[in-house]
Amino acid sequence: MASPGEATVSDSHVEKKKKKPPGRYWQEPQEGEKEGKDGEQPEQPPQQNEQKTQKAKKRKPEEGQRDGKKFISGKSDPFPGPAPIPEDRVQKFKRKDKMKKPRRQHYKLRDMIARSEEASEMAQKQAARFDLLLPEDAGFLEGDDNEDTYMISQEDIADAVDITSGAKHFNLKLSQFGPYRVDYSKTGRHLLLGGRRGHIACIDWQSKQLMCEINVMESVNDVKSSSVSDTNFRLCLGGSTASHAMYAVAQKKWLHIYDSNGIELHCIRKFNDVLRMQFLPYHFLLATAVEILSFSHKMEFFWCIIPNTSATSFLQYLDVSVGKEVAAICTKTGRLDVMCQNPHNAIIHLGHHNGTVTLWSPNQKEALVKMLCHQGGVRSVTVDKTGTYMVTSGMDKKLKVYDIRAFKPVKSYFLPAGASCLSLSQRGLLSAATGDTVQVYRDVWSTPVTKPYMAHRVQGTVWGLHFCPFEDVLGVGHGDGFTSMLVPGAGEPNFDGLDANPYRSAKQRQEWEVKALLEKIQPELISLDPSELGQIDHATFEQRHQDRVQALGFDPLATEKFIPKYKKKGRSSAGSVERRKKQVAHEDQRDVIRKTVEDKMKMEKERKEKEKKKALLSSQKSALDRFKK
Amino acid sequence: PRNYDPTLHPFEVSREYTRALNATKLERVFAKPFLASLDGHRDGVNCMAKHSRSLSTLLSGSCDGEVKLWNLTKHDCVRTLQAHEGFVRGIVVRYCGTSFFTVGDDKTIKQWKMETPGYGEEEEPLNTILGKTVFTGLDHHQKEAVFATCGQQVDIWDEQRSSPIRSFTWGVDSFSSIRFNPVETELLASCASDRSIVLYDMRESAPLKKVIMTMRSNTLCWNPMEAYYFTCSNEDYNLYTYDMRYLDRPITVHMDHVSAVLDVDYSPTGKEFVSASFDKTIRIFPKDGGHSREVYHTKRMQHVICVKWSADNKYILSGSDEMNIRLWKANAAEKLGVLAPREREATNYNQKLKEKFQHHPQIRRIAHHRHLPKTVYHQSKELRIMKEARRRKERNVRKHSRPGSVPVVSEKEKHVVTVVK
Repeated sequence: MASPGEATVSDSHVEKKKKKPPGRYWQEPQEGEKEGKDGEQPEQPPQQNEQKTQKAKKRKPEEGQRDGKKFISGKSDPFPGPAPIPEDRVQKFKRKDKMKKPRRQHYKLRDMIARSEEASEMAQKQAARFDLLLPEDAGFLEGDDNEDTYMISQEDIADAVDITSGAKHFNLKLSQFGPYRVDYSKTGRHLLLGGRRGHIACIDWQSKQLMCEINVMESVNDVKSSSVSDTNFRLCLGGSTASHAMYAVAQKKWLHIYDSNGIELHCIRKFNDVLRMQFLPYHFLLATAVEILSFSHKMEFFWCIIPNTSATSFLQYLDVSVGKEVAAICTKTGRLDVMCQNPHNAIIHLGHHNGTVTLWSPNQKEALVKMLCHQGGVRSVTVDKTGTYMVTSGMDKKLKVYDIRAFKPVKSYFLPAGASCLSLSQRGLLSAATGDTVQVYRDVWSTPVTKPYMAHRVQGTVWGLHFCPFEDVLGVGHGDGFTSMLVPGAGEPNFDGLDANPYRSAKQRQEWEVKALLEKIQPELISLDPSELGQIDHATFEQRHQDRVQALGFDPLATEKFIPKYKKKGRSSAGSVERRKKQVAHEDQRDVIRKTVEDKMKMEKERKEKEKKKALLSSQKSALDRFKK
Repeated sequence: PRNYDPTLHPFEVSREYTRALNATKLERVFAKPFLASLDGHRDGVNCMAKHSRSLSTLLSGSCDGEVKLWNLTKHDCVRTLQAHEGFVRGIVVRYCGTSFFTVGDDKTIKQWKMETPGYGEEEEPLNTILGKTVFTGLDHHQKEAVFATCGQQVDIWDEQRSSPIRSFTWGVDSFSSIRFNPVETELLASCASDRSIVLYDMRESAPLKKVIMTMRSNTLCWNPMEAYYFTCSNEDYNLYTYDMRYLDRPITVHMDHVSAVLDVDYSPTGKEFVSASFDKTIRIFPKDGGHSREVYHTKRMQHVICVKWSADNKYILSGSDEMNIRLWKANAAEKLGVLAPREREATNYNQKLKEKFQHHPQIRRIAHHRHLPKTVYHQSKELRIMKEARRRKERNVRKHSRPGSVPVVSEKEKHVVTVVK
């Protein structure tokens, strides 16, 4: 029997361009003689080889030991080395720039740094590679030619998508206890509604199951779900497995805490007249904005400080895990009904009626930062997930975007009606409520936006806005109930199973809760830069070093003076000693000097080029030059 | 499903810090190093030897001339023999593990079989050598039938002969300890009572070199991994690690004991060593650290005379004056026994975290805190004050004398008098 390889050899003149048959391992010993036999054939393979070598060269730095190794079939690996990783993915997981290597004498430190950098690079690459395998992808709504996406109605979207997604758009008509505040739990599983006139409902909104519904017979200012169950309460029950998430309700008088069965767990009398609340999930802190109108114990306490204000505003922090007040800060800035948190560093942002936004941490009695953002009062504030941008809206009908790392304005928009509520989604969509319409904007900080991405009109005035985490859903609480809007591209498509898992079982939830409570971050660690703890404390080191020098009487870290070794055969002459000294002189400063010289050269070059250009421009004579005198 | 996106995991550093803090606290909670006490000796335990082949066997010799063999897994004595009259000064197991040697105050070297004599047989040594002077220590060669003793002089013995094949002396002095180098097997080091440490080559007729220190060294031990380093325990409360090539200054001075250090033994990994002291404590030092990472003590333990680190790097054995041998964990918070994979993963992760945040003041404070007996605590405080006073005085002297006339002498240089070749 003739193998397919031999067949091509026999009629090579006729079917020159016939595809080469797949290589077989039994062919390998014949290859030499085959190439010798047909004269025309070798034209093709070298080209391929060339391409291959080019590719291989390109990828050289990442090549492993597999390079050049042939398979049994005789073919070489078309994709040698480890698979390439896209640069932007790697960038996404980058935490730190490369460190400057210390000098030669600190060789141990140098080794340590090199090793840790290697490890972090490997982690970064692995994470980036893993990122390619994530199951879900994000996408946005796209209109036909000349069709604006904001013209597409919610009903159309709900009809177009699959049934389960379509079911996520719904209306709850609750006109009786009107306007509603909205909050989703951290996993996005539960929806909490708080009606102004006392109606509170907790809903598993995806299955549309009502967890509890109560009327507290008192006005409700705000609701917040806290994502943990009450440990004390659980202990009281003898460690029963019934753990239900708690939620806090700011009622007319006190702050109450209910569990998801609607049982009142606590009434916290230390927190009265709460207007707004924010829950810091990793610190287990409930930050509350309190306004005291009446005469109460706190007024007495602060009587000496503020004698003549009728309303005093406080920012109070409650540690939810142990039920203790952590800090109470008198803000001295009037009514606090605009509040949001920076999810990146757990700083609380407060908006005030004089147009300023202030940043607070529980460790400081004064505001960390005061920013004048608007001409009129601030109506709403929100901060994006990465802690980079803050979006504010004010009475001056403006919507402004700030970079809160540098505290600088980025963009300013004019909304004819002004936005009363703002909310940012996980992937950076901004929803703004103006009266009874909800508008969603895309890319507010990167490109100048002229029209909204989506818009929707609801029955009454909007009172609360909240994007559902890990879902393309925006919850709108308004005077006539609640509307769940579909906003494609709003939520993070891939959740992390160990952090916030929407599909977790009761057991998983309990495990997570214990873990989360164990790694509760202390309130003292809240600061503007959350990575501050991982940085080197140069100041303290310097101080300690000085103390040490004082105690010892000499500097133990001082570099020893270089004394050249004595060499025989006349090589320790004065001249050669000097030369050897010169070799190590200023070794520590050489890098710096080299760099500054290079920088200078660069600047000089740029300057010269600029001048050249200028000279060129000036040498071109315009027609009007003749009139110059 | 995991998503490692950093924006989904805020507060990385603070959360890791909290984890590290918890891990450090848990480590201190679980730090229970004491495992067992082996009692049975009728006098203080003077010397111990590890079996060269069997992990679970330990030999110990006491001050009344008794030698006991212990089974460490069962915590009981398997054999007792009256080896000498007076102290058992040294005990060492032959490299093959079939027999062991003892020396005692009765000027004899005896070789014993490791096996228990059968029914009706008498407990008799295989071989007895009568020496001229008292022997104070011995050590066996790593792979040849040669052993070395020390006393008035250092002797090298062939197992087949009854007289030494070589004797070394350097001045008239007695020696307290002798050790073969585990890698360069022909090399020896010994501590002499004229405050010196002497190095020998077995093949040569004269000693190599010696370093004289300000105080006497009691014992020494070679680093089994980097065998050019050895550590000696000194009477001046310190231990010194030397590089045998450069004896003019020690590599590291290990301070923390508050009384004379009596014995030292390296871990088989060569990264740490354990020291026994007259101040009734055992301390564990990293090989290049100036201060101990761990201190072990009990209310009942008296002056610790000998100490050994087990060959599996997990246990420490200490023999003390009050007739007991104590078994300790080398890593106080370690969980013994087989770990489940998840458990091991968790411990590894915690270990890494502790390492990462070890310099944070809060964590450092918790990790470094040790309860000390009152005497040791007060004495260490006193020593610190004395040292500070001395330093202050020196500083003042330097301040009021001509610049350069009172040079700064580092701690390492202070304790070496001379090196003689």
